[in-house]
Amino acid sequence: MSTTTTRTPERRGTPAPAGGAGRARSGQQRKQTTAAWVLLAPFLAVFAFTFVLPIATAVGQSFTTTTRQGLFGEEGIQVAFAGWDNYVQALSGGGFLTSFGRVLLFGIVQVPVMIAFCTVLALLLESASAKCPQFFRTAYFLPYGVPGVIATILWSFLYVPGLSPLLDVAGLVGIELDFLGADSVLWSIANIVTWTYTGYNMLIVIAQLKSIPGEIYEAARVDGAGAFRIAWSIQLPLIRPAVNLATVFSIIGTLQLFAEPLVLANASPAIDTEYTPNLAAYTNAFAYNEYGLASAQAVLIALVAFVLSFAFMLATHRTSRPERKARK
Amino acid sequence: MTTAPTRIPAAGKARRTPRTTIPVTALLVTVALYFLVPVYYVVVAATKTTSDLFATNGFALAPTFALWDNLALVFTYNGGIFVRWLLNSLLYAGVGAALATYFAAAGGYALAKYEFRGKRLVFGTVLGGVLVPGTALALPMFLLFSSLGLANTHLSVLIPSLVSPFGLLLCRIYAETSVDTSVIEAGRIDGAGELGIFHKLGLRTMLPALVTVFLFQLVFIWNNFFLPLVMLADESLYPVTLGLHNWSSQVDRLPEFYRLTTGGALVSVVPLIGAMIVLQKYWRGGLSDGAVKG
Repeated sequence: MSTTTTRTPERRGTPAPAGGAGRARSGQQRKQTTAAWVLLAPFLAVFAFTFVLPIATAVGQSFTTTTRQGLFGEEGIQVAFAGWDNYVQALSGGGFLTSFGRVLLFGIVQVPVMIAFCTVLALLLESASAKCPQFFRTAYFLPYGVPGVIATILWSFLYVPGLSPLLDVAGLVGIELDFLGADSVLWSIANIVTWTYTGYNMLIVIAQLKSIPGEIYEAARVDGAGAFRIAWSIQLPLIRPAVNLATVFSIIGTLQLFAEPLVLANASPAIDTEYTPNLAAYTNAFAYNEYGLASAQAVLIALVAFVLSFAFMLATHRTSRPERKARK
Repeated sequence: MTTAPTRIPAAGKARRTPRTTIPVTALLVTVALYFLVPVYYVVVAATKTTSDLFATNGFALAPTFALWDNLALVFTYNGGIFVRWLLNSLLYAGVGAALATYFAAAGGYALAKYEFRGKRLVFGTVLGGVLVPGTALALPMFLLFSSLGLANTHLSVLIPSLVSPFGLLLCRIYAETSVDTSVIEAGRIDGAGELGIFHKLGLRTMLPALVTVFLFQLVFIWNNFFLPLVMLADESLYPVTLGLHNWSSQVDRLPEFYRLTTGGALVSVVPLIGAMIVLQKYWRGGLSDGAVKG
C-alpha cells in the first residue's frame, strides 16, 4: 500500500517551468506547446486517416443506397440518401441479429473461461511451486504468434475426420466426436481462440503481478498467510486492473470474430456466410456489393463493442472506487 | 539488475510450499501439451506425403520422410509465389512496426511530458480508438482507399499499420514513469531544443517500452488477415496469412494442396516462434521496469 501512494506524486509530475519571470515562462510554454504538437503530428495524421475518416465514411455510407442501372451497373451508379433504411434492413433480416446472439453466447462462455484460465496460469507460474517458469511461459505464449488463419488451419487438421489423430484415439475408445457439427463448431472455434490468446492475456496479468512490491508479501507472511490466502486476498485484488484490461480486449476481440469461422467454413458446412456479424458485413460488401448495408453493419458492430466495453469498465470502476480512494 | 528485486517474493515463497511442486508442475506440463500439440502436429504433417497424411497416425512419423520434397514444392510452386508472400509480410510488418513505434513514442512522450490545451481531447480520442474493433474499420477503410485509388496496393496495407493507439498509451505511461522531468529541464538549461531532447534523451530512456511496442505491432501486422483480405485483390501483393488461406481453401478440390498448406504453415510458424521467445523476454523487462520505477 505504501508504495502505491508514493507512485502518485511522480506520475503527476508536470513539467511546469520552475522559476523565471512570467513573460519568459509564457514564451517557453509556447515553444513547448509547439513541440508537443510536432511530436504528436505524425501519429495524429495517420490516426485521422485510418480511424476518424473511415468512421466518418462508414457513418455516411450507412445512410445511403447505391442502385446500379443495367445488369452489372454498366449504365451508371446512383447514390441516394436512404435514411435509416440500411439499419432497418440490417436489424430486420434476422441473420445479422442471430449472428450477434451467437457471438454473445460465445463471449459469455469463452471470455470468462479464458480469463480464469490465464489468471490461474499466471498465479501458478509466479508461485514458487513452479519449476522452470521461463519455459512454460514461453510455451503458453507461443500460440499468440501463430496468425488466426494459420491457427485455424492447424486446428482444422485436428478436427477433420480422416486426418485427426484425436478423432482416431476417441474412436478407439468408442467415443464419436464431431468437432464440425452445427452444435459443436462454435465451441471448436472457442477452443482456437482460447488457444491463441490465453498466453497473451497471461502475460498482461504476469506483468501486473511482478509490480506487486515484495514488502506486501513479507507482511502477509509475517501475519501467517499461506500461498492460497496470498493469492486470494493480495494478488487477485491487486491484479484486477490487468484482468479487467484483458477482459475488455477479449470482449472487443469476440465481436470481431472473423478469420476463424471463415477458414473453418471450408471444413464445416454448419458455418454460413452470416455466421458472425463481421462475416455478414464482409459478405454484404464483397459478395453482394451492398456497401450501404455493410457500412451500417460495421457501425453497429463498433457501437456494440463500444457500449459493451464501456459498460464493463463502468461496472468495474464503480466497484473498485472505494479501494482507490483509500489509496489516495 | 532490474530483475533482482522482483525475484525476492518468489524465492521467499519457495521456502514455504515445496509440497505442491509436483502437482503444480504436472498441471503445467499438461497445459503445455495443449498449447504445443497443434504445432507438433504440423511439424509431423509437413514430413508426410499426401497419401501418408491420411493413411498414418497424425502424431507419428510416416515411413517416407517427405519434408524436403514438401518444402521444395512450397518454395517453387507457382513461380515461387510463397517467397513473394513472405517478403510482403516482412515489408508490411517490418516497415509498419518500425514507423508505428516511432510515431507512438513521439506521441506518447508528448502526452506525458507536456502540458497543452487539447491534451485531454487527444488522449480521450486515442483511448476511444483502442476500443473500435479493427475489422469494423477495415471495411470503411476499403471504401475510403478505393475512392482515393489506393486499394489493392502495398500502401493500402502499410498505411493502416503505421498507427498503434495501444502503443501510444503504453509509451505515455512509460515516459511518465521513467523519463525524468528534471533531466529534461537540465537539457533545456543547456540550450537543447525540445525535439533534440526527445530524440537524444527520451527515446533512449524509453527503449524497453519501444521494443515491446515494436514487437507487438510486428506480430499484430504479421497476423492481420481481415485488412489485406479486404484491400488486396492481386495475389502478388498478399501477405503469408492470406496466401496460405488461399491454398488451404483449395484442398477440397485438389488434395495436392495439403502438402503446400502443411509445409507453408510450418515455414511461416517457425520465425514467429523465434519472435515470441524474444517478445516474452522483453515484455517482462519492459512493463515491469516501468512499474518498478513508478
